[in-house]
Amino acid sequence: MGRMGFSPKHACLTDEKDPNRQKITNLTSCLLVSCQLNLHCEVRPPFSSKFPLPFFPSLPIGTKATKMSTAFSAANFSTQSFPLNHTSTTSHDSPLVFAKPTSQFLRSTRKLRLSSSSKLNLNRRSGTVVAVSDVVKQKKSKSTPTLLITKEEGLELYEDMVLGRAFEDMCAQMYYRGKMFGFVHLYNGQEAVSTGFIKLLKQQDSVVSTYRDHVHALSKGVPARAVMSELFGKTTGCCRGQGGSMHMFSREHNLLGGFAFIGEGIPVATGAAFTSKYKREVLKEADCDHVTLAFFGDGTCNNGQFFECLNMAALWKLPIVFVVENNLWAIGMSHLRSTSDPQIYKKGPAFGMPGIHVDGMDVLKVREVAKEAIGRARRGEGPTLVECETYRFRGHSLADPDELRDPAEKAHYAARDPITALKKYLTENNLASDAELKAIDKKIDEVVEDAVEFADESPVPPRSQLLENVFADPKGFGIGPDGRYRCEDPKFTEGTAHV
Amino acid sequence: MALRNIIGKRIGNGIGLVGRRSLSTSTSDVENRNAKSMNLYSAINQALHLALETDPRAFVFGEDVSFGGVFRCTTGLADRFGKARVFNTPLCEQGIVGFGIGLAAMGNRAIAEIQFADYIYPAFDQIVNEAAKFRYRSGNQFNCGGLTIRAPYGAVGHGGHYHSQSPEAFFCHVPGIKVVIPRSPRQAKGLLLSCIRDPNPVVFFEPKWLYRLAVEEVPEHDYMLPLSKAEVIRQGSDITLVGWGAQLSIMEQACIEAEKDGISCELIDLKTLIPWDKETVEASVRKTGRVLISHEAPVTGGFGAEISASIVERCFLRLEAPVARVCGLDTPFPLVFEPFYMPSKNKVLDAIKATVNY
Repeated sequence: MGRMGFSPKHACLTDEKDPNRQKITNLTSCLLVSCQLNLHCEVRPPFSSKFPLPFFPSLPIGTKATKMSTAFSAANFSTQSFPLNHTSTTSHDSPLVFAKPTSQFLRSTRKLRLSSSSKLNLNRRSGTVVAVSDVVKQKKSKSTPTLLITKEEGLELYEDMVLGRAFEDMCAQMYYRGKMFGFVHLYNGQEAVSTGFIKLLKQQDSVVSTYRDHVHALSKGVPARAVMSELFGKTTGCCRGQGGSMHMFSREHNLLGGFAFIGEGIPVATGAAFTSKYKREVLKEADCDHVTLAFFGDGTCNNGQFFECLNMAALWKLPIVFVVENNLWAIGMSHLRSTSDPQIYKKGPAFGMPGIHVDGMDVLKVREVAKEAIGRARRGEGPTLVECETYRFRGHSLADPDELRDPAEKAHYAARDPITALKKYLTENNLASDAELKAIDKKIDEVVEDAVEFADESPVPPRSQLLENVFADPKGFGIGPDGRYRCEDPKFTEGTAHV
Repeated sequence: MALRNIIGKRIGNGIGLVGRRSLSTSTSDVENRNAKSMNLYSAINQALHLALETDPRAFVFGEDVSFGGVFRCTTGLADRFGKARVFNTPLCEQGIVGFGIGLAAMGNRAIAEIQFADYIYPAFDQIVNEAAKFRYRSGNQFNCGGLTIRAPYGAVGHGGHYHSQSPEAFFCHVPGIKVVIPRSPRQAKGLLLSCIRDPNPVVFFEPKWLYRLAVEEVPEHDYMLPLSKAEVIRQGSDITLVGWGAQLSIMEQACIEAEKDGISCELIDLKTLIPWDKETVEASVRKTGRVLISHEAPVTGGFGAEISASIVERCFLRLEAPVARVCGLDTPFPLVFEPFYMPSKNKVLDAIKATVNY
């Protein structure tokens, strides 16, 4: 095989010996959206199944909505003063909320649970804590629920997520058949983040991703054919076959890559955001409101580059959104065991930007938060840090046997599959029928099959491509022993010149 | 005779010996009592077990080491020695190495793992500016000799740009650290133990291609191999070949092929790149009069350049042909084009013939 495989018998399952680890039995799913100006701590009670997704359908209406929007667009929002005691009409002392301090973080190792109550108290100093009972009453009083999306938007989101899922599943198949090779990292389970954010962008907005970038590319508009060919290493791929799985680039769609190295893309995104701001303010292209999104994982949030860029972006008020796809695991290292304060969104305010935590398994919630964050950036109000709590259903890469994660944890998140959830939302709210959704499924299957066929039939890059693009000017290879430029040597195009 | 058995898939797809055969080195610098057949990552694992056992102030840390590491080199260590000595770090190479320097400065043995050599660049500043200069600039009051940085390097067949690099040349340019690269399991265990116990900071690159493919009889006891001592693993009289790490197996094959054409090749494993054993190589070149150097890193500025310059300085009048270097091309390590990029057996063979027939 020659692949970097893992043999199960050598796995060291230190997880099981961790005394802090508790089983996941009765996790309540909850959305905690907190920013420096407002804290909404909504604990979904155990009877959550009665409520359709998302939990925020009332958000655009009512007091909470205005608070949410003021949080982002407050004219007096400055980096220095955060009104810490912003009060609201709701009570702080709801016993229900106090009684369930562990709700906002669903994690497999329970170290956080032990101290989370204290953390929650800290958070609450800024806060409007909405009692669950109030919310329930508000909901019931409305006669018709207001929906977050229209039918077209819903179908678009659904299609994008299904495309992501089907594509990744096909990647796995192709990998095990030997058509694709190298290190391939799949995005199953995290589609809501990609779809929720990227579908709100224009073509000129930029996206910077990680090695788990197939679905970001697809959401941004890179054709499935181009991505599949790139994975197969063919010339028709989006990078002419030279990047592979971890390096998807697209000039046309402003996808600034796929970065194999964690955190390497964040400074690149920061620079891209600066360009946009520069164009608008210095070059006076008034309509240039291009936003950059930087996606990265939880492990990256312990890396120096992340902090450096948070600082620069906040300092210069760049139009960028930092999206953390917190899937709890950095290969085999649990986020909770490697981070002093696992609540990543709190790192935003430390640098002077709002930090938001959102349920990344729910595309509608992500979309709402994304709207605000991207809107903020477009209006020139600066960066935002959004932490999406999400999960990858597969291992870190296709070579990872994925033995370290608790099956109960996996099952918990599998039950919150974003695609199933959206499907349920669409059907329950009569936005789409089962038949329409099935038609989309079928269409996507055909798209993916077509992509595979196209990639199969595409030619392999010629050998001459090996020496191309090392320098901008091929004369960069200098002068050969025969006194002529090496690039003028006919062998250069054959890839056999001695360089 | 020796190294071809560890080729496995390295030659081409499916050709060649998918080896779990034992490998014998040509010198018996280690006694063979209680030798057990094992592969590279097991040998390294054993070395780490011994290092932690013999020194209570030794630590192993890095990304994902506690479950065994992505290459299984650190399996069993956390269980045996506890989480206080074998632990995961967050994903920050600069922090990992700097932290290791601090540990070493206080007299501990810090064995830091960088998950892939390609990721070592954020730590480059700490290694070059701190680790290499610690003893020097403190006037020998402090040193970080207890620091050993282990990183898997080299091509693996499907690694692409960021899982296949060979950065040894960058570190060879830094006075104050040592760079060591083993070629096989038995060598790896001995060399790693020497590196850990050496009173200087060492960067230990492990050829990741050989983690599973190289199988050899490795003695189970604690043994150390000397650093800065090159080894002649194949005797010859027509040309000297110098290499290190996984590339030696390719060169070995080329030597065997060249043998059929009547060219007798002498193959030298450098083992330690800095400070490298100039005497052994010089003696060999004085014998043969020709030298060829081969490594996976790009040819321009690779370590082969240093060897070439030094040999020419010392043996100019003895040389019968220019020093040949068969190395990777001057491009980023490619993904699809890896077979073209690599200094393959045929390229080495061509160069041997060209040099001998100069």
